[in-house]
Amino acid sequence: MKHTEKNAPGYWQENIRLVKILLSIWFVVTFLLGIVFVDQLDNIRFAGFKLGFWISQQGAIFVYVFLIYFYLKAMDKLDDKYKLNKEE
Amino acid sequence: MSVQTLTYLFVGITFLLYITIAIKSRASSTSDFYIAGAHVPPLANGLATAADWMSAASFISMAGIISFMGRDGSVYLMGWTGGYVLLAMLIAPYLRDFGKFTVPDFIGERYYSQTARMVALLCAIFVSFTYVAGQMRGVGVVFSRFLEVDISTGVLIGMTIVFFYAVLGGMKGITYTQVAQYCVLIFAFMVPAIFISLLMTGNVIPQIGFGAELTPEYGGGYLLDRLDGLNQELGFTAYTESVRSKLDVFFITVALMFGTAGLPHVIIRFFTVPSVRAARKSALYALVFIAILYTTAPTIAAFARTNLINTVSNVEYSEMPAWFKTWEATGLISFEDKNNDGRIQYLADPDDNELTIDRDIIVLANPEIAQLPNWVVALVAAGGLAAALSTAAGLLLVISSSIAHDLLKSNLMPNISEKKELLAARIAIFFAVCIAGYFGINPPGFVAEVVAFAFGLASSSFFPAIVLGIFYKRMNKEGAISGMLVGIIFTASYIVYYTFINPAADNPEGWWFGISPEGIGTLGTLFNFLTAFVVCHFTAEPPQEVQAMVEDIRVPG
Repeated sequence: MKHTEKNAPGYWQENIRLVKILLSIWFVVTFLLGIVFVDQLDNIRFAGFKLGFWISQQGAIFVYVFLIYFYLKAMDKLDDKYKLNKEE
Repeated sequence: MSVQTLTYLFVGITFLLYITIAIKSRASSTSDFYIAGAHVPPLANGLATAADWMSAASFISMAGIISFMGRDGSVYLMGWTGGYVLLAMLIAPYLRDFGKFTVPDFIGERYYSQTARMVALLCAIFVSFTYVAGQMRGVGVVFSRFLEVDISTGVLIGMTIVFFYAVLGGMKGITYTQVAQYCVLIFAFMVPAIFISLLMTGNVIPQIGFGAELTPEYGGGYLLDRLDGLNQELGFTAYTESVRSKLDVFFITVALMFGTAGLPHVIIRFFTVPSVRAARKSALYALVFIAILYTTAPTIAAFARTNLINTVSNVEYSEMPAWFKTWEATGLISFEDKNNDGRIQYLADPDDNELTIDRDIIVLANPEIAQLPNWVVALVAAGGLAAALSTAAGLLLVISSSIAHDLLKSNLMPNISEKKELLAARIAIFFAVCIAGYFGINPPGFVAEVVAFAFGLASSSFFPAIVLGIFYKRMNKEGAISGMLVGIIFTASYIVYYTFINPAADNPEGWWFGISPEGIGTLGTLFNFLTAFVVCHFTAEPPQEVQAMVEDIRVPG
């Protein structure tokens, strides 16, 4: 049968909540750490990097990969909970 | 063996590989042709998406741009990867559940309107054509520099190869050649990076070498500190300092991210997997494969710039190594001895600077500057061609499916048989290859500029319409169509004004609120959203069956 919002109540709300949390992290890392407060963060150093510089050229990309990984795991779990979208 | 022979060998082998794949994966139905029958496994789709996405610009130009921009190059690194977070969470899974062939398909059905479909179709074709012309040019340039054939012959060879697998196999052929092309391009990109990191810092992993100390032969000290110092000595801003305003950096990053998430040739890759779960998984694979190149590019930028300055700055012209003369012949690097002292002065001040360097040289000549073995030098050509051809093929497919499916089947000739539609798709791709090739050989002056702006255009047109279509049930056709038009017209006008009509004002003082044409797509996107909301509240809500469709795509299965 076709699954829609009506016969899976709660699924959409949980999905939205998850995406909101993950996109908040995405926003903070990219725009606050990577752009707005980058000069303050540059005062912190590790190895040969200034922290702000490292976040905007390397760190943010690693965070993006992690965010999508976390989204994938959480959504698979959510699908299982609602018995949706079984892989054949 | 000489570099020339090795280059021919590598390019020949990879082309043979692509043709073999093409012959093995012919399309027999429209579903094969448009979406590879939706049978592509997530890993293969991740590889194909990465190759589809990373164009000649990512492979050849990006590291060079960062090398000369330093800190400000971060906008490309974050913008072109961060967009995948939006794509994975806001777009790909839902459009896969919708389960059709093209992006205009979704816009047309969600907004129950042929007008909406036509607006989307025109945006898709416009964005794809500007983009594909740049790829064909890239093919020609690689051929002419490495294989000493002229640009036109290079473009023709490239066209023949793409034509072969795109016309025969459609999406099916394109997908599996893209998988092979990813492997070729990432190998060609990583090998020189690993070599140069090992040479300069003793680290095998370039991402670690980036923050490490230079070996004693290179003068010791942290690489980035050294580079900051070199830049300042020559009068440039320190490498890790920013020149652009924060506001502009913010706007450009947003425009690149939204644009990435709204580009039709990337979105349609998610139609090719069997399920919603597979769509999510392939988004992860795609970003991992992209991240390998994107986290390496800034390391190449820093290594190559340090190396370049050390090699040329204040050194006798007569003592320049062989690569300097080779690349001088291609015009990518040029020296004018203004003070007649026989030495090369590379300085920030344009009055005293004697060296002009094309940014593409950072990737193209990097292996030679670092004195790497001949086979590494020869790899670069095969990698650049793989990057350009894979992206070109993906774009050509968008053009072909827009014409055969959205224009003919859905609009002009709804009764067309599947066989005829398939034939029409093949003919459309044939003409698209020819037009792209024509623009590759005779590039209109604006191509280079417009490609960079394609993101702003995709961002201000598609992104809001798609996201609202999924997340806002009340959005109706009046809102979406007026939003798309306002967004793309505003963005295009701003770009056209500063690029063609009044280029003299194209500087931070002349711009609106200090936002560059590259970043204006963000404002266009905002206007799109606002217009859509206002208009939709004064017009009728969408029909029940459309609202039911939205409820359906929100829940997979």
